[in-house]
Amino acid sequence: MATQTVAHGEQQRVNYLNWKTTVASWLFTYDHKRIGILYLVSISLFFLLGGLAAAMIRLELATPKGDLLTSDVYNKMFTIHGVLMIFFFLIPSIPAVFGNFVLPMMIGARDVAFPRLNLLSWYFFMVGAVLATIALVRGGIDTGWTFYTPYSSSFAKGEVSLAIVGVFLAGFSSIFTGINFLVTIHKMRAPGMTWFRLPLFVWAMYATSLIQVLGTPVVAITLLLVAIERSLRIGIFDPNLGGDPILYQHLFWFYSHPAVYIMILPGMGVISEVISAFSKKRVFGYHFVAFSSLAIAIIGFLVWGHHMFSTGQSIYASILFSFLTFLVAIPSAIKTFNWMATIWKGRVHWEAPMVYALGFMGLFVIGGLTGLYLAAMATNVHLTDTYFIVAHFHYVMVGGAIMAYLAALHFWWPKMTGRMYPQSWAKLSALLVFVGFNLTFFPQFILGYMGMPRRYHSYPEEWAALNLLSSAGASVLGVGYLLPVIYLVWSLKYGRVVTERNPWGARGLEWELVDTPPDPHNFERTPIVTRPAYDYGHPEEPTGIIPKPRPVVVGGKDG
Amino acid sequence: MSVKEAEVLEHGTSLAHPAHEEILGEQFETLEQQNNAYLIGMWAFIVQEVLFLGAIFAAYGIYRLKYLHEFTLAHKELDWVVGGVNTLVLLASSYTMARAVRAAMQNKHGRQILFLGFTLFFASIFMFNKYVEYSRKYEHHLIPGWGYDAHAIVEHGEKKTILEPTPEGNYRVKLETEKVVTPEEFKQRTQLFMGFYFILTGLHGLHVLVGMIAIGVLIIRAYIDYKKRKPVADYMPVEMVGLYWHFVDIVWIFIYPLLYLIGR
Amino acid sequence: MWNIPFVPPTASQEAVSISWLYWVITALSFFFGGIVLFGAVYLAVKYRAGNQNVDRSNATDSDLRMELSWTLIPLILAIAIFGWAAKLYGDIYAPREGGYYEVFVVGKQWMWHCQHPNGVRENNELTLPAGRLIKATIISQDVIHAFSIPAFRVKRDAVPGRYNAMYFTPTVSGEYHLFCTEYCGTKHSEMIGKVRVLPPDEFEKWLQSGGAGAAAAPMSLEEQGKQLFAKLACNTCHMNPNSAVKAPDLNGVYGHEVKLADGRTVKADDAYIRESILNPVAKIVAGYQNQMPPYQGQIKEEEIIALIAYIKSLAQAGGGN
Repeated sequence: MATQTVAHGEQQRVNYLNWKTTVASWLFTYDHKRIGILYLVSISLFFLLGGLAAAMIRLELATPKGDLLTSDVYNKMFTIHGVLMIFFFLIPSIPAVFGNFVLPMMIGARDVAFPRLNLLSWYFFMVGAVLATIALVRGGIDTGWTFYTPYSSSFAKGEVSLAIVGVFLAGFSSIFTGINFLVTIHKMRAPGMTWFRLPLFVWAMYATSLIQVLGTPVVAITLLLVAIERSLRIGIFDPNLGGDPILYQHLFWFYSHPAVYIMILPGMGVISEVISAFSKKRVFGYHFVAFSSLAIAIIGFLVWGHHMFSTGQSIYASILFSFLTFLVAIPSAIKTFNWMATIWKGRVHWEAPMVYALGFMGLFVIGGLTGLYLAAMATNVHLTDTYFIVAHFHYVMVGGAIMAYLAALHFWWPKMTGRMYPQSWAKLSALLVFVGFNLTFFPQFILGYMGMPRRYHSYPEEWAALNLLSSAGASVLGVGYLLPVIYLVWSLKYGRVVTERNPWGARGLEWELVDTPPDPHNFERTPIVTRPAYDYGHPEEPTGIIPKPRPVVVGGKDG
Repeated sequence: MSVKEAEVLEHGTSLAHPAHEEILGEQFETLEQQNNAYLIGMWAFIVQEVLFLGAIFAAYGIYRLKYLHEFTLAHKELDWVVGGVNTLVLLASSYTMARAVRAAMQNKHGRQILFLGFTLFFASIFMFNKYVEYSRKYEHHLIPGWGYDAHAIVEHGEKKTILEPTPEGNYRVKLETEKVVTPEEFKQRTQLFMGFYFILTGLHGLHVLVGMIAIGVLIIRAYIDYKKRKPVADYMPVEMVGLYWHFVDIVWIFIYPLLYLIGR
Repeated sequence: MWNIPFVPPTASQEAVSISWLYWVITALSFFFGGIVLFGAVYLAVKYRAGNQNVDRSNATDSDLRMELSWTLIPLILAIAIFGWAAKLYGDIYAPREGGYYEVFVVGKQWMWHCQHPNGVRENNELTLPAGRLIKATIISQDVIHAFSIPAFRVKRDAVPGRYNAMYFTPTVSGEYHLFCTEYCGTKHSEMIGKVRVLPPDEFEKWLQSGGAGAAAAPMSLEEQGKQLFAKLACNTCHMNPNSAVKAPDLNGVYGHEVKLADGRTVKADDAYIRESILNPVAKIVAGYQNQMPPYQGQIKEEEIIALIAYIKSLAQAGGGN
């Protein structure tokens, strides 16, 4: 319907990409969509850097002996991998890229509540990232991404403090983004966009923002204390100076456990969107899925002690943490079953984003179920700090979060760029990622059960075969991740031009009322929402309406 | 959708007061929406600050319980009089800040500038006192990691007869219970206390400094509004800085008893 | 190449019970994982848009009974596993009274140092008797390490300044891996060793011969402790009826309740004795003045372990009065 009004002179239509094209117009933009693109470009860079480190790790582990890298270099590699992937890729991935790009459109807003703060967040992120990269390049650090004391505060050499300052700044970027989205969801919803008409991605982002605002400051100050202890030698965490190393772990995991939900919750929101859009059916059990996000955010703050069963913390504390950990697994189960029920009796279109979403379900369910072994105290102690842990959190963070990130990227790519990528290549890469991922990480569960410790540079001979399999799988996985980079960039120039608003026939304001690529202000006027989300029962009527459409301005200033 | 909402949509922002147009951010529909957004944002920021500083308070509490004797002696190095004066100064500044917010809401530019000026003045006194305190700590070699030694604390304790050297060269600290520590431990643990003191008051002082800059900007803004004889100015910046300022004040209300008074 | 292991050896009583739990969770995971993995793909194929020959009538987007069943069934299963696992954990890590053979483990960058009560020392090796309950008391001298024996399915962090303990009963003779599983710096992956389980009689022989292959020690831990006790001049006050300084009698203290000056009572265990050596004033015995200097920073973890062993022997000799 929109195509009729704008069919004339499509190339000239003003959109957020072409209305100003100078570098400064990008670096000083307040437009949430452009800021989303800035994040997309910058985190892709850190993903590639972190991926390179991962490749070095898997190359070294292809053989039992520590022959390729020295142990110091190896230790620096996994620290680079962890720090970059967690703080500079996963935490900003879906929230900062797609939260920025689609969240305001989804709720019918022209922008986030605080556009300038939004840009400031990106600068905090970039300065933090540059400092951390400098620290990693200038000799590197070998503490692991967890910065455990007293190793990090008294023993480790290198630029630990500089890296910490980088993570600290990235943390504040995350806090500002969280505040921005909280306020945006509270105050910027269009008329008629009630809480229970919100797309589930918005619910997931709300829960995520709560964690960002409540958790991140604690890890920020904790890391700062480590840096202070390093430089002033006051004994906050080092027992030789009178401190308590376990206190560090409490403070660190108080954030860093909820942080895994910062990484996975937005992914779950994306999957709700994608599965509904390609099954042409409303998400099953909307309220259950929405509240399960909040339940995860809240209970997720009370489970940090399950990282510390083997430190000698009181048995009673451990029992409580174990129980709450089992409890926090239930909302994830609820979501998974509801997604299946969404597909049931739907009309499933096997487009690339849907293939990624199905891949997510397959990998996430393995990641989630293996969490049970770790919630259970007796098995936790055997498996903790082994490759079982490594496999488990990669299934959740990489199999889950990155699969969802790719699903989101393929889903909203035509909206972001006005171009379509080749579907068959996209499906092939989804398949490669799924197969490569399982080849890489499933053997690690077995290795972990046999006791192979994580962060080992060399290992006993009898584990050579499974490790080789894992390294071989990693190369498949690497190809799977490189392919999208190639065909997505290719599509920017050669991909099919998308002019229709809603190429997937999906529901949601960003599809039904926003042009492709979006207008700088998203909507012509503020829409009025008249229907619940995912209203696939009314095929011909849009979810929202734009009051009193004005004549569309064609060609911008010179048009 | 309510009728009121529909009205707003029908007419867009034109319903609003004409003077609102220039202070309304283009992402917002109405001034009320904008103001609420800023308030929620500020409160969320303050919650974030509570957790940020709360983690240090928690760590401080744990170590105070663990090293009660050493911390109690170190407490006595803090000047409760200067701290008390600073408490009064900050409370007074909170009062003038509240008056400034009120003046801003009533569009009384002159009064607003006056009270913001008072607030800035009190904040400067606070910072000056902090400077005096810090330089005294420097003279007594009580700055952690910067030639720290605990002699001042030891002498002080001996004078008050709550610390006495044992024949082996250790220190016996006599409170309700007794504790003997080696000089090295005593140094480490009092240094830990001074570390918490500098981290907490340093971060707080940083917040005061940020607040002072914000107040300075507000004064300039109010002066421009005054010159332009603006009928309706946006009072939200003043309200927001006010909220922030009261928060900074409350943090001090926690710091003062927990660091200065509790060991008396 | 075809001899690839997929499970670790099961060489302790705990390994048997934890393996059971492990495989039950695995079975449940395969069941639920299978439902989701194959169920989702099956549904997505069956209800593909092109397929018109499929019943889509009565499609609904909410059903309370379905929601409740997939909330409650996993919840009940989760609570059952929780209870089972917590019980097992308590059996292994809750403190126990006697009846065990105790070894001490000190972790340092980058080696394990193990001590037997009779003074035999082993570096990066630990020899144990089959069929006896073992208590391993673990501490670190520098950063955090973790003492892990996968074949026994047990693990404990070695934390500086704090004793951690774990209990297990090796059952099968053989050699097993010993790992440090908490990242501890450059040579983390070389902080490994062997745990050797011997039949009881062979173990006794090995122990009496001063630990063939182990760094032989001239005397038992008790003896070493006794010598240290004299060397550090502990015996000028303790155990000396003519001492000018009144110090608590250490006969029969270990393992018993001690009344403190502030009215509390504590149990005289390893941690208490360690603390009292390093920082005597922390818990003063009722009726005594504190006159003992703290030994913090002046004594190694191994030496403290020897002193504890000596004080423990005094309790057994003194008959616990």
